[in-house]
Amino acid sequence: MRRALRWLMAVCVVAATSTAAFAADLRPLVQALGSGGYSGTEKALAQLSEAGDPAAVPAIEALQAGDLYVRKADGTVVVARKAGDAFTLTDPLTRAALGEAPAGAVEKIRINNSLRRAISASLGALTLMSPDAGVRRSAADAVFKSRDASALETLSAAIAKEQDKGVRAAMEQARAAILLTGEAASKMTDADIQSATDTLTARGDRDALVLLNMVAGSGASDVTKKLAAAAVSTLEQKLAFWAALQNLWYGLSLGSVLLLAAIGLAVTFGVMGVINMAHGEMVMIGAYTTFLVQEFFRAHAPGLFDLSILVALPAAFLVSGGVGIVIERSVIRWLYGRPLETLLATWGLSLALQQAVRSIFGPTNREVGAPSWMSGAFELGGLTITYGRLWIVVFAFAVFAALLVALKRTWFGLSIRAVTQNRPMANAMGIRTARVDALTFGLGSGIAGLAGVALSQIDNVSPNLGQGYILDSFMVVVFGGVGNLWGTLVGALTLGTMNKFLEPYAGAVLGKILVLIFIILFIQRRPRGLFALKGRAVEA
Amino acid sequence: MSAESTLLYLDGVSVSFDGFKALNSLSLVMMPGEMRAIIGPNGAGKTTMMDVITGKTRPDTGTILFEGDTDLTRLREAAIANLGIGRKFQRPTVFEPHTVWDNLELALKAPRRPLKTLTYAISRDDRSRIEEILDITRLSALRSRQAGSLSHGQKQWLEIGMLLAQDPKLLLVDEPVAGMTDAETEQTAELLCSIAGKHSVIVVEHDMSFVRALGVKVTVLAEGSVLAEGSLDAVSANSQVIDTYLGR
Amino acid sequence: MLLRFFLMGLDRKAGIVLAILAFLAVVVPAMTLWVPADSPFHLSIFTVSLLGKYLCFALLALALDLVWGYCGILSLGHAAFFALGGYAMGMYLMRQIGPRGVYGNPLLPDFMVFLNWKELPWYWLGFDHFWFAALMVLVVPGALAFAFGWFAFRSRVTGVYLSIITQALTFALLLAFFRNDMGFGGNNGLTDFKDILGYDIQADTTRVALFVATVAALALSYMIASGVIGSKLGKVLVALRDAESRVRFMGYDTESYKLFAWTLSACMAGVAGALYVPQVGIINPSEFAPASSIEAVIWVAVGGRGTLAGAILGAVLVNMGKSYFTGALPELWLFALGGLFVAVTLFLPKGLLGLGAQLKAKLPGRKASTLPNAQPADQKGA
Repeated sequence: MRRALRWLMAVCVVAATSTAAFAADLRPLVQALGSGGYSGTEKALAQLSEAGDPAAVPAIEALQAGDLYVRKADGTVVVARKAGDAFTLTDPLTRAALGEAPAGAVEKIRINNSLRRAISASLGALTLMSPDAGVRRSAADAVFKSRDASALETLSAAIAKEQDKGVRAAMEQARAAILLTGEAASKMTDADIQSATDTLTARGDRDALVLLNMVAGSGASDVTKKLAAAAVSTLEQKLAFWAALQNLWYGLSLGSVLLLAAIGLAVTFGVMGVINMAHGEMVMIGAYTTFLVQEFFRAHAPGLFDLSILVALPAAFLVSGGVGIVIERSVIRWLYGRPLETLLATWGLSLALQQAVRSIFGPTNREVGAPSWMSGAFELGGLTITYGRLWIVVFAFAVFAALLVALKRTWFGLSIRAVTQNRPMANAMGIRTARVDALTFGLGSGIAGLAGVALSQIDNVSPNLGQGYILDSFMVVVFGGVGNLWGTLVGALTLGTMNKFLEPYAGAVLGKILVLIFIILFIQRRPRGLFALKGRAVEA
Repeated sequence: MSAESTLLYLDGVSVSFDGFKALNSLSLVMMPGEMRAIIGPNGAGKTTMMDVITGKTRPDTGTILFEGDTDLTRLREAAIANLGIGRKFQRPTVFEPHTVWDNLELALKAPRRPLKTLTYAISRDDRSRIEEILDITRLSALRSRQAGSLSHGQKQWLEIGMLLAQDPKLLLVDEPVAGMTDAETEQTAELLCSIAGKHSVIVVEHDMSFVRALGVKVTVLAEGSVLAEGSLDAVSANSQVIDTYLGR
Repeated sequence: MLLRFFLMGLDRKAGIVLAILAFLAVVVPAMTLWVPADSPFHLSIFTVSLLGKYLCFALLALALDLVWGYCGILSLGHAAFFALGGYAMGMYLMRQIGPRGVYGNPLLPDFMVFLNWKELPWYWLGFDHFWFAALMVLVVPGALAFAFGWFAFRSRVTGVYLSIITQALTFALLLAFFRNDMGFGGNNGLTDFKDILGYDIQADTTRVALFVATVAALALSYMIASGVIGSKLGKVLVALRDAESRVRFMGYDTESYKLFAWTLSACMAGVAGALYVPQVGIINPSEFAPASSIEAVIWVAVGGRGTLAGAILGAVLVNMGKSYFTGALPELWLFALGGLFVAVTLFLPKGLLGLGAQLKAKLPGRKASTLPNAQPADQKGA
């Protein structure tokens, strides 16, 4: 109750300053609060309520808190707060400072219980009647939380007057809350109870659920309890639905991160069969490239900072891809057909790359900023969606689609497929296989670099960035089925969603462990993944 | 035909890979002690047939019985091998780091469980059996050589020797003379003929002169099923066989 | 029969290895305990513990070589078995602290008191007995390896896939042991040990005794490993490493062979971990880190896989290098290690012990095939 009022106060401060122009008309009424004893105060209060100007709210609140005083010297009504031995005075309407006064120079305007009720009602009415729809809505929400029965009448009056649909709904919910929990419930007809529970069900959030649960378990009449219980179950289903949807979104979001990290690997490991343990470092290099590009923008064109990510994308692709090509030409090409040795050599490279980045940029996290169009969030039904995550989901799918097109529809993609399917034949047909190898590996690494740009937005940019993704990426590719891009997509989304659905029950760490165990068991059942290639070629 | 008295009995065996029918309702019967040559164009299903018999590939439908009552489609490779079915691959696979002698010792019929092999000590009988096989395969002088250092033909022979050491009831031999000289081919044919009688043998081969040298019943496979069966001369005269395989 | 088994594995190389180990077992204690401290031949107790640590790693490398070198199973999770053995020993050492902990609780280790636990979890029961802990050092890694291998080998997960799921295994354990409610001390692990078998764990004589025990364990494991390799079972292992399906068609149930070697190897790794913990005085979840498993692989690769002795040599050399670099040039250590991975795989595929054979093969002008198109034996089974 008290908290709710304090909250109202905060809302009203804003309202009060915005309507300061009306302060002059209220002055005599406020002044009247200070004369005529209890009855005089009560009369003035009623007139203030009738005036319906929220600018009076601070004064009434001060009265409620016992901070409203009369200055003995001139009879002016002031807000006085004790500061040491003296009082600091402010104007109740304009909040202008009126200097200090010794304790004997002011007299408190006293209130009794009947006045207290009148004050609450008047406060509720004033804010509920506020011309500002936002204030009315906040007031309605506050009443919903406080369920103060004294506000009921005002609330009904406000509902009758309300034009704004949303605000009226909020007010009706507040009224339903008061009706169901207060003494009024026993006098209500079944139809009224029904409509009250329906109103709350329609509100459909956790607060409504708590309230209905309270009603269902309270000493209310059997009918009320039954209806409330029914509403609880409806509401629980609804909430569970949104919670599931939210989880699905988180899963999709994590899945797209996994997809981004794994998609490059789907090229190097899936298509070429190269076990690149330095794949995570390609991601890390992409993230550091983003950092460098942003540093450049910060230094030379701070106004264009929002575009830095767009520049970072091709830059990261080229840098990571270039490093990939160097690695392929210098190390990996000597190890084709020896997967275990490739694994070890690339692991060594990953250690060296990490240390190199650590030596150049230092071991601490580097700050990568988010452009404005990636910050913030929006609500969709019961979902909260951040723009950053949304863009990453979109980006992951875009990269996936682009890769698919590149592999299926371009000459380069055709060469890649030719070389992986039949190397000697491709060679004989004049495809420069060594060059295709290098470029394919560069493509996979470049995509990892793109992933790095996206991941720099949601993860710490440190030399260890890639280490966190390498195992997950391999899991995704192996789970989905090596050599199958669609498998990688399905694998990433499945694992992401599974992780997020396990988290609420098992906790983040245990959830991850369970997913790992699941994959270990899954690979045992289907050693070649979800979408395994079948046939003679594989059997041999 | 009833399956009882047969050594190997395949009926209506089909296998498909992604829609491609590698075996299409294949039926084949082998009697104990029989030797059979299987010929057919590439992709006729010769190797897949060996795969389903030895348990490497599970058939989609069909029956495969060994000695009339053992259902091979339910067993794993090792169990099938221990029933007495030996297989020689197209590409010779001998254990290259091991010596010729060790290769034969590994193949030699003996308990196959890990704890038995951990405590295995070669017996006088085993030793003389290996000596005998070394003799047959003309590898006596090379017994201490690493198998990896043998010539292609010698590897083929070693592999046949390993099959002999296994002492199977049924031998499946995939292209035993590929890459052999004419003389070696002739010797191999003699060797296989001498084996038949004690063992049943299925030979898959492209080399017509070799098949002729074997002088046994021939089965022609095409598109996963039996096209013709009979003596080499009979099937050579079969117009269907000429169209699909031999050519005019 | 047992004697014959051990004799089977004894050849000249084994003789050299065992002689060196015997020499260490005698000379190191003598140089530490009886040579006066001011003599140039005196070994500090720090050096002894360091050597002991190297030999624990050597034992881990030996275990890894048994599966990688002889069965072709590249385990990227062997540190998990090492750490599990270490935890089993650590639990015994924790129980030996008794009421001497910071909180003075006679029953519960400090970290449990800190977490407000009231009683010992069931899986800590029995660890106050050394024999029980010693048994668990073998049983826990062995059982995990058996279960994991039984699934993996039966469903024919091989090659790189197997390597990746072994890494997933150790990663899952890493995450699990970081959790406080697992009851293994969480992040901090187990430490502050006081006694082992009633002797002060810090005392010089105890440390020397631990070193000798490590040498003995390494020697015994070496004899077991070379006995296995020398037997017909060992020949089957090598055969299935290169051509698994051929071995299967010969009637050997290759899965149970791999399972045997895999489980034996895990038990050895467990022993190595158990000897490691009292000598370094701590065991914590970082031992499970995937990186430590992969580092162990490079020890084997440096020495020469499939040689047993090479694993020991590689583990000692690489760790000596690590001690030197992390002390003198810490910045360069990861470059050195990374470079070692690349250099060994590119230029020393057979490791140091295979260097002679490699050179010999090159001399007659028969250049090893390094064409990208080459399709070596590895891929056949994969």
